[in-house]
Formats: sequence, structure tokens, C-alpha cells
Amino acid sequence: MSYLELLKLASPEAIVVVTALVVLAVGLTTERASAICSAIATFGLAIAIGAVLMLPQNATLFGGMLVITPLTSLFKIICLALALFTVFLARSDRSSRNPGEYLAMLLLATIGLMLLVGSEELLMIFIGLELTGLSLYVMAAFDKTDIRSAEAGLKYFLFGSTASAFTLFGISFIYGMSGTTSLAAIGQKLTSGPIQPLLAVGIVMTLIGFAFKIAAAPFHLWAPDAYQGAPVPSAAFIASGSKVASFVVLGKIVLVGFAPLHGSADWHAMVAGWSPVLAALAALSILVGNLVALVQTNVRRLLAYSAVAHSGYTLLGLVAGGRSGFSATLFYTTIYAVTLVGAFGVVALVRRETGGDDFQNFAGLSSRSPLLTGCMSIFILSLAGIPPLAGFFGKFYLFGVTLGAGGNHGLLWLVALALFGSLISLYYYLIVLKVIFVDAATQTSVMKVDLLSRISLILLALLVLFLGITPEALVGRIIASLT
Amino acid sequence: MKTALLGIGLIISFPVSLLAIAGFYRFLQLGNHMIAWTIYITFAGVVLLLFLPRAFSRWLALLTSVAGLAISLMALFQTPIADLAHFTTIVRLPWVPMLGMNYHLAVDGISLTMVLVTGIVAVSTVLFSWDIEHRQNEFFFWLLLVVAGSYGVFLSADLFLLFAFYELVIVPKYFLIAIFGSTNKEYGAMKLTLYSFFGGALVFIGILAAYVTAGSLDLDQLAQFQFAPQLQLWAFPVLFLGFAVLAGVWPLHTWAPTGHVAAPTAGSMLLAGIVMKLGAYGGLRVAMNLFPQGFHAWSNWIAVLAVIGILYAAAVALRQSDLKFVIGYSSVSHMGFVLLGLATANVLGVAGAVLQMFSHGVIAALLFAVAGRMLYRRTHTRELDALSGMNLSRALPFAAFTFVIASAASMGIPGFSGFAAEITILIGAWKTFPIAVWITGVGMVLVAAFTLRALKKSFFGEVLVQQGRVPLDSDWSEQQEISVAEKWGACLLMFATLAIGLYPKLLLDRIIPAVEAMRFLK
Repeated sequence: MSYLELLKLASPEAIVVVTALVVLAVGLTTERASAICSAIATFGLAIAIGAVLMLPQNATLFGGMLVITPLTSLFKIICLALALFTVFLARSDRSSRNPGEYLAMLLLATIGLMLLVGSEELLMIFIGLELTGLSLYVMAAFDKTDIRSAEAGLKYFLFGSTASAFTLFGISFIYGMSGTTSLAAIGQKLTSGPIQPLLAVGIVMTLIGFAFKIAAAPFHLWAPDAYQGAPVPSAAFIASGSKVASFVVLGKIVLVGFAPLHGSADWHAMVAGWSPVLAALAALSILVGNLVALVQTNVRRLLAYSAVAHSGYTLLGLVAGGRSGFSATLFYTTIYAVTLVGAFGVVALVRRETGGDDFQNFAGLSSRSPLLTGCMSIFILSLAGIPPLAGFFGKFYLFGVTLGAGGNHGLLWLVALALFGSLISLYYYLIVLKVIFVDAATQTSVMKVDLLSRISLILLALLVLFLGITPEALVGRIIASLT
Repeated sequence: MKTALLGIGLIISFPVSLLAIAGFYRFLQLGNHMIAWTIYITFAGVVLLLFLPRAFSRWLALLTSVAGLAISLMALFQTPIADLAHFTTIVRLPWVPMLGMNYHLAVDGISLTMVLVTGIVAVSTVLFSWDIEHRQNEFFFWLLLVVAGSYGVFLSADLFLLFAFYELVIVPKYFLIAIFGSTNKEYGAMKLTLYSFFGGALVFIGILAAYVTAGSLDLDQLAQFQFAPQLQLWAFPVLFLGFAVLAGVWPLHTWAPTGHVAAPTAGSMLLAGIVMKLGAYGGLRVAMNLFPQGFHAWSNWIAVLAVIGILYAAAVALRQSDLKFVIGYSSVSHMGFVLLGLATANVLGVAGAVLQMFSHGVIAALLFAVAGRMLYRRTHTRELDALSGMNLSRALPFAAFTFVIASAASMGIPGFSGFAAEITILIGAWKTFPIAVWITGVGMVLVAAFTLRALKKSFFGEVLVQQGRVPLDSDWSEQQEISVAEKWGACLLMFATLAIGLYPKLLLDRIIPAVEAMRFLK
């Protein structure tokens, strides 16, 4: 294989790397760095999306270190698009003093995500995790004027590095048991039947690392502080892009690598394997996330706990397993990411205008900005799973697949728990909307929303609505890419 | 000036909407498919409301709802009765073919009846909200969204579609009550929404169980599918109870009185007139038709809950001091009749239940209109003791007249739709649950008792103040008269209950064949 061909297959990543370096250099040299760097980053990301579209259908490099399939291409595009919206968010945030460095970090994190999505080899996946993680730690702590940002960064870093250690430890066990780091080869080496203790340790430790990444309980403790304290664009990217890529990889690891050890999470018919572990994580996340979210009075913190619950829902598809389960998980995590970026976009604007993101800052938003109110309602109601928004179809698909997967409705307990969680969640989502629609505003001035934010918020809201009305557009693509 | 405008508007809006419909009819060659336009027009109205200036909003709402009513009336008279005997497909387009979801609408006599009552209640609701000034656009936006979703539920022939419309109705109710409501509005709104969503979650489980077992979401196909008896035994109660929460089944009815009291008049009218019917309709169309064996196993328990509901709610209504609470509990009591009719599992009982849904929709809307709009807006109180001293029968003769008619219809006096519906249900029930009929007889006496008590206390109490004056309201003189819009709305509802009361055959001819086509009949 020639280097030219390698460069061709890795062109999207290469383009983002170059963009990151250029943005860094420009940010150091120019006065008006914010506008120019954003423009360059936007341009680079757009070209990278184009490059992904130009990639061949299927290719495998270095025994699975870099894999190109329709699935990886689709999710590279999704990660790049999420990064693009985060750039827009960062542009209107204006709090950061070093926009060039910030955007460079964001682009580096994006490369990590693309590596994660596009690899089927444990070592490469670990490198992707670390690259993403390290960039995101910096992004979380980026606001040097805010002590909460430092707290967010430190907490995220401490939890994250511990979780990485777990994952690496788990990976080493799995390598020891199977003698390979390629997922497909591991899947062939492992045999079903009783699990050896060492392998169980390896699997559980690997899963713990990912449970941290997707903020599933009980490994979610960093999330509330990171979501609340970090600069809004960082929080949005941690909650969206990082989560999407983590779910893609987690799905590949358990469904390809650990395929023989699926086990069963059916009621009264549990079989040891990774699916009961994920089912326990899901159940705990749904309960903890939803119950703790009930008492929050800060919108970002509330979104963090709801994110824990949503991780729980999303895990259901993996517990169900199979192609349909994976596609349901992928669909749900994608629409969730889109919704959350939008919600954080609204939070960022409200924060800029009112100086905070507690409930009282949102009071009477409906009289101050119909646009923000409309968009926020769409995002929140989609999270709550109200039709005709994307969240409703996502939940229907996810829960339907889960109920259909277990023999004789064995996973009904998990679906019922998830629906119970949704019922709880409606309460706190409605409280947010009540604050926006019913409570009296402390100020009456009309909120200014700049053109870029306006366009990106409307785009995101329309996307959520569109994916709810014609989910076929994305579901069809995901299912087709999984064959 | 305003009344003149209103009159002109009304005169114009009828032919305009009729013309518009004739245009659709002509150019799109819709034929029997016309009724699907109730959904499209209402949703179009919802979207337009967001973009048109405030001044147009109530006219747009009126136009939209009148168009919906006109379409359903035309469908009622133009569709051949034979076509209404089974669930006839109107539209069927693939939606998410990989998961078996279709955009599938269908109509039969039952659906048509429900669409008709939705249209009637929607028009009168808009008329009774005519003088809403506060956040007018938003108000009519939420209101029409409820109406559009309800049309959707009644016409859906695909479970996913039906469930999507069903859930769509929940959130607008919250905003209607939380923003525009009165007494304890945030509590009432949240309680109502969470109860609805709880019911929705149960429905969700039942629908998923049917979906993953049969591998289809199409109601026609599912109605042919033989589900295993064990599945039916647990899936039916889950599904039916989920729907019945919205129909106000005892003991999950408590959202209804608090919700009605907290809601603005339009909200109460929609809730009692349309939304409670969604639950009963879902129970009939989905739960009973999909899981007939489960239904037969549980029908006795449904009858027990229904009879308890009738008696309990009537007894509670007898002791209420707030007029809206009286009407709220009476709704629960009347919906008990619907559930009893459904539980009988014979043609007469179920057909009577459908007729009762129509009848109660109209009557409850009328009662709430009098209590919430005609009285409360002028007296600023709903306390029966306070009202009784105001000599309201003299001060507001039209309101008194309307309330007498509504009470008579509610009590089941022959000549009104309530009588026709309840007698049909009781004849049906006599075949299956003779004891229930005896107990329900006591319930009917209680209904008459609390209705007469409310009527006497509110309008015909001892006169304590000078004639024709209502002392509590400072700006009485401006609002003295019942407005033209209110009169139109009240007349529409009174006409509907009288027309069906005198000639129930109009609907029963269409309902009975549709019921006979269902497979749960014993």
C-alpha cells in the first residue's frame, strides 16, 4: 500500500488536522482571530465532510486500524456536522479570549472522534479515546475567568483519566485472552459458554471506561459539574459529539468483538455476558438521571442529569443487540446529539443576555424572544419524546426493538422502567417550559439573537422536526449502512 | 360595532369555507377521501397562526374549525352508509416501510361520529373564546393543535400514527391550562398532563406488545391476527387501562375535576368534549378490537369500575360547592356510562357507548360554556352559594335558558341526546349485566339530583339583591349582554343535542354496522 493511497483514505482526518494547525497559527498571529478562525474552521470542516463523501464504499487498512464502511462514513459526517454547529456556538459565545486555540482544540477532539468511529481495533480506539478526552479536558477548563470552568475541567480530567486506565487495563486482559486487538478477530477467538473470570474482568473494565464516556450511572458524577461549569460550546460538544462516537464504538466492541458473550438480560432468565451489565447500567442511569433531575434549578445541570437518563435509554438498543438494536441506538444517539446541541445553543444565548442559566434567567422567555422560545420548546419536547418530534420516533423505535429482542417479552421490565423514567422526565421538562411560558420575566427587553445563531438554531430545530416527521431519511441510511 | 363585525364575519366565513371545500372537492377529486382534510386544514391553521398577525388569529381559528365541521358534515351526509360499515381506507402511504409504519387513514361510522363531535365542539370552543385578548395567537395555536390531533386519532388506521396523534394532544393541554387557566392552574395542568402521559405509557407498552408479536402496526391486519391468550390476558388490561385514564375511569379520574376547574373555559370544553373521548375511542378501536379474548376475560371488571365511577362521581358532585367541580364530576359519571356500554360487548351497548361519547361531548361542552364563560366572566365566582343570591335567571336569561337545556340533556330527559344514548346503553347492559342496570338506575337518580341542585342554586336561588344586578363585578355594564359569539356557540351545541335526541337514527344507522364489524362481540 502506497502512502498516497493511505492519505487518500485518511483524507478527512488529514484535512481536519491541517485545519487545526492553520487555525492555531492564525489565532496566534491575527488580532481579529475570532471571526477568521471560525471561518477557517467552518471551511475546513465543510471540506472534510466533502472528503468523507468522496471516500470509497469499503476499505480496511492495517488489520482494522482504519476501516471505511458506509457506517463509519455516515457517522464521520455526523461528528463533523456536530463540530460545525459547535463552531457556530463558539462564535456567538464570545467569552473566550483565545478563540484560535479553542477552535484548534475542538478540531483535535473531532479528529479523535473520527478515529473512534473509523476503527475496529482496540489500540486505535484507545488512542482515539485519549485524543478526544485530552482535547475535551482542555476545552472544559478553557474559561480562565470562571472558577466553575476550572472545576469542570479538573473533575472531567480526574474521572476521565481513571476511566481510561480502567479501559486500558480491560483491553490488556482481552488481548491476553484472545491474542489479538482486532475486534473481528477477537469475536472469532472468544467462544460462547461460561465466561472465564479473567475475561469477565476484562469485559467489565472495558465497559466501565465507556460508561464514563457516555455518562451512564454510576459513572456519571463528572457530568453535572462539567455540563454546568464548562464553557457552553464545550459542554455541548461533550454531550453530543463525544457521546455519539462513544456509542458507535461501544456498539462495535460489544456487538462485533464480544459477540459470542452476549448473554441475556431477560427477566428471570439472565445469562452472564455483557448484556446484563449494560442492562444494569441502563436501569440505574434511567432511575438516577430522572430522579435527580427532578430537583435541579439550573437548566444546564438539569440537562446533564437528563443526559444520564438518555444514556440509559440509548443503551437499551445495545442490550437488545443485533442489527436492529444497534440501528435504534445509533438513531437515538444521533437525534439526541442534534437536540442537545440546539438546547445548549439556546442556553448560550440566554446566558449571554441574562448572565446565567438558572431557571430565573429563563423566566418569561416567551415574551422576550419568540424564536428562542420556539426552538427551546422543540428541543425540550423532543427530549421528552413528544410527537411529531424526533425524540418520539426514536423512543418508539428503541423501545419496540428492545421489547421484540428478548424471548417472550423478557425485556419488558427494562422497557417498562424506561417508560416510567420518561413519565418522570416529562415533569421536569414541563417545569422548564413552564418557566419559559408562564413565569413573569424580570426584564422585558427583547433579546438580541445574532444572525448566525438564528440560522443555526432554526436549522437544528427544523432538523429535529424533520427527523420526527420523516425518520425514514436517517433510519433508512443507518439500517442500510449496517448490512 | 364589534357584534356587527362578528355577524359579518360569521356570515362571510361560512360560505367562504364551504367554497374552499367545494374547491378541494372539485379539483382534487377527493370523493370519500374528503374527511382526511379535517386533519390537514386544522394543521394548516395551526401553522398559519404562528405567522399571521394577531388581528387575524381568532378569525383564522374560526375559519379553520368551521371548515373542519363543514367537512365532517358533508362526509356524514355524502358517504354511503355501506362504506361506513367497516374501517374503509382513505389514504395509505408508506412512511417508514422498514419498520412497517404507514401513513394510513380510514373511516367508519364510529370514527365519523367522533370527527363530527370534534368539529362541533371545536367551533363552539372558538366562539366561546372569542374575547380572549391575552396572548391570543398562542391560545388558538394550542387550541387548534388539540383539535387537529384529535381528528388524527379518530381517523388513524395505523397504530404508530394513532399513538403519535394521541400523544400530540397531551402537551397543548398543559399550556392551555398553565398559561390561560385560573384556580390552582399549574397544579391542575401538571396533574392532568402526568396522568395523560401515564396512560400514554401504558398504551405504549400495549401497542409495542402487539407490534412485536404480530410484526405489524396496521389496525386492519392486527384485527385479523390471533394473539396468544396469555399475551391478551396481560396486554389487554394494560392497553385498556392506559386509554381509560383519559376517559376518566374510576379510580384514575382525579385529573378530570381538578383539570376542568383549572382550565380556561375553552380548555374545559375541549377536555370534556373531545379529549375524554380519545380515551374511550382508543379503548374501543385498539384495545378491545385487538385483544378480544383479553377483553372478555376482563369485561366484568370494566363494568364494575364503570358502575363505581357512575355512582361515586355522582355522589361527589352532589356535595360540591364550585359549579365547575359539579360539572367536572358529572363528566366522570357520564363517561362511566360509556365504559359500561363498552363492557357489555354487545351491539346495542357498544353503539350506545359511541352515541354517549357524542352526546356527552356536546352536553359537557355546553355546561362548561355556561359555567366558565357566561357566568364566571360576569360574576367572577363559581361558588354555588354566592351565585344563588344573584338572581341570575333574570340578569342573564339566555344563560339560564341554555343551562336549563343543558341540564335537561345531562339528566337524560327524553328528546335530548343523553336520553337516547343512555337508554341504548342500558338496554345493552340488561343483556349482560342486569345487576349493573339496577345500580346504574340509582346513579341516574343521583345525576338528576346534583344537576337539579346545581341548576337551582346557580340560577333560581333566593333573591337577595336587587333585580337584574350582579354586585360582584365592577365592570358589569360593559359585559352585561351575552355576546353574539356566545349565542352562536350555545345554539350550535343545543341544536346538536336536540337533533340527535330527536333523531338518533342519523348516527345509529352509521354506528351500528361499524360496531357489528368488530370482532369482540359476544
